[in-house]
Amino acid sequence: MRIICPVKRVPDTAATKALADDKTLDRDAGEPVLNPNDEFSIEEAMRIKERTGGEVIVLCMGPEQAQTTVRKALSYGLDGAIQITDPGIHGSDAAATARVLAAALADEEFDLILMGNQSSDARTTLVPAMLAEYLDLPALTYVRKLDVEEGKLTAQRETSSGYVVAETQAPAVVSVVEAINEPRYPSFKGIMAAKSKPLTTKSLSDVGVDAGEVGLENSWTQIVEATPRPPKEAGEKVEDDGSGSVGAQALVEFLTSKKFI
Amino acid sequence: MADILVLVEHDGGTPRKVTNQILTAARNMGATTSAAVFGKGAAGAAEALGVYGVAKVFAWDSADADGYTTEPRVVALLQAIEQSKASIVLAAADPFTSDVVARAAIRLKGGVVTDANDLELDGDRMVVTKAIFGGEMTSKCFARAEGPQFVTVKPNAFTAEEGGKTSPEVVTLDVPLDDKAKRAPVVDTVEQESGGRPEMTEASVIVAGGRGLGEEKGFELIEQLADALGAAVGASRAATDAGWYPHQHQIGQTGKTVSPQLYIGSGISGAIQHRAGMQTSQTIVAINKDAEAPIFSIADFGIVGDLYKVIPPLIEEINRRK
Repeated sequence: MRIICPVKRVPDTAATKALADDKTLDRDAGEPVLNPNDEFSIEEAMRIKERTGGEVIVLCMGPEQAQTTVRKALSYGLDGAIQITDPGIHGSDAAATARVLAAALADEEFDLILMGNQSSDARTTLVPAMLAEYLDLPALTYVRKLDVEEGKLTAQRETSSGYVVAETQAPAVVSVVEAINEPRYPSFKGIMAAKSKPLTTKSLSDVGVDAGEVGLENSWTQIVEATPRPPKEAGEKVEDDGSGSVGAQALVEFLTSKKFI
Repeated sequence: MADILVLVEHDGGTPRKVTNQILTAARNMGATTSAAVFGKGAAGAAEALGVYGVAKVFAWDSADADGYTTEPRVVALLQAIEQSKASIVLAAADPFTSDVVARAAIRLKGGVVTDANDLELDGDRMVVTKAIFGGEMTSKCFARAEGPQFVTVKPNAFTAEEGGKTSPEVVTLDVPLDDKAKRAPVVDTVEQESGGRPEMTEASVIVAGGRGLGEEKGFELIEQLADALGAAVGASRAATDAGWYPHQHQIGQTGKTVSPQLYIGSGISGAIQHRAGMQTSQTIVAINKDAEAPIFSIADFGIVGDLYKVIPPLIEEINRRK
């Protein structure tokens, strides 16, 4: 199988977020990282490759500096990468991102697109379905278990109370939730090898997208304003005496005062 | 004035709470509201929707809506949008529904804004207030494409109130499905036990447990406290990774985002990755042995103590007062 793993470069959740003047994320604020949920899709892709052979290719849209994210993804043992870098993509929303990723795959052969169900920064969860729509492919999203056999995909899609089992034929888009596996850590060998894996960098015109269709000015959504939430004051803290009753009593009084009981 | 179409979440024709909340918001904006209902029992939903002031119901009462993944509902939604002439589509911020909205939006060249906490109709434009970066910031945004504006709305963003009662006109949709719409059949649906508890992302109270529970058995205590409060059960990633509780209950950066009226974290230190999933909760309570645990910095009320000592008398007292 040839598997494509779209990945995203996101700010570290632990870093302070700041918006630049144009209301896009100031991506220089804090060290960006590989989107945490992409580790699960990469792991799943590697397991399929180890079982059935084939290759796994990273696909990343982002600024030039996103190459560190691409190399990080490659360090898990992936085979190569396509990076879409262009001034015109800055500020693209979910639909514009899906549009560019789809265009980048137009001339690629693949059986499966495996991606995390959400990015830790925007968390729209829209891109897998939108990418599938642009590529006219079926999509199985929020997958917690995936079986691949002779081009037939069987997936458990997580629901709030369990799961549904759905099937489809490759090629398809699959987005995964963290329940699907436990990602490995990159090996030292993998980290060293990542530096020399083939990386193709493409611009918007290379993939046939007009810069007038994507980016901040042309996305189908617009941010009017963004403000930091006012810092929260720590509330009252009651020390229990070890018996539990002091703490329980204080909590009951608090919950009663707030009308929760 | 903009016409709004609300995509209905329902169980066999009974609209879910989140839908009633969205209908209330649409009505209070003074918009003409129609509703799209798909799946078994859809036709029976009209009366319940009329209680919230829905003028017209587009119903597709077919097992195909759930028999195949996403795409049949997309076809049905496109029909409902066309027939209703709505310029704004509101749907619940539900994972599977978001897929339907995402595909429909691409087909109609419409922008999608997800996870609205508040809505404001500015002329024909739906301005959305939402939390971004795990609740660290609040943003206002809108869809501005040539197609309809699609917005998904968080559960509990609004309070459901009946009003403007109507007997809605019911339009039965005929949705022809080609092979493409049927390319991902659903072959099984598995319900795991929920103990009759509310769905986590819709719950107004959540009791969550973490590493501090020490063992899987600790969740029995968390469930008992949840049941005393009529709450859903959540878990930190440390707890789900340890296999103490199912992954779909994980709150945090890689799991679910919740904002209930009351969140009680027990044995959860409150690492930033967890806070990113719950810090917009209205009232936060923490029970933790470690007085320096970061969760106390965002808690409205904290108990420094052993949860195994504090929670049993707490449950007893709550049950006594009921």
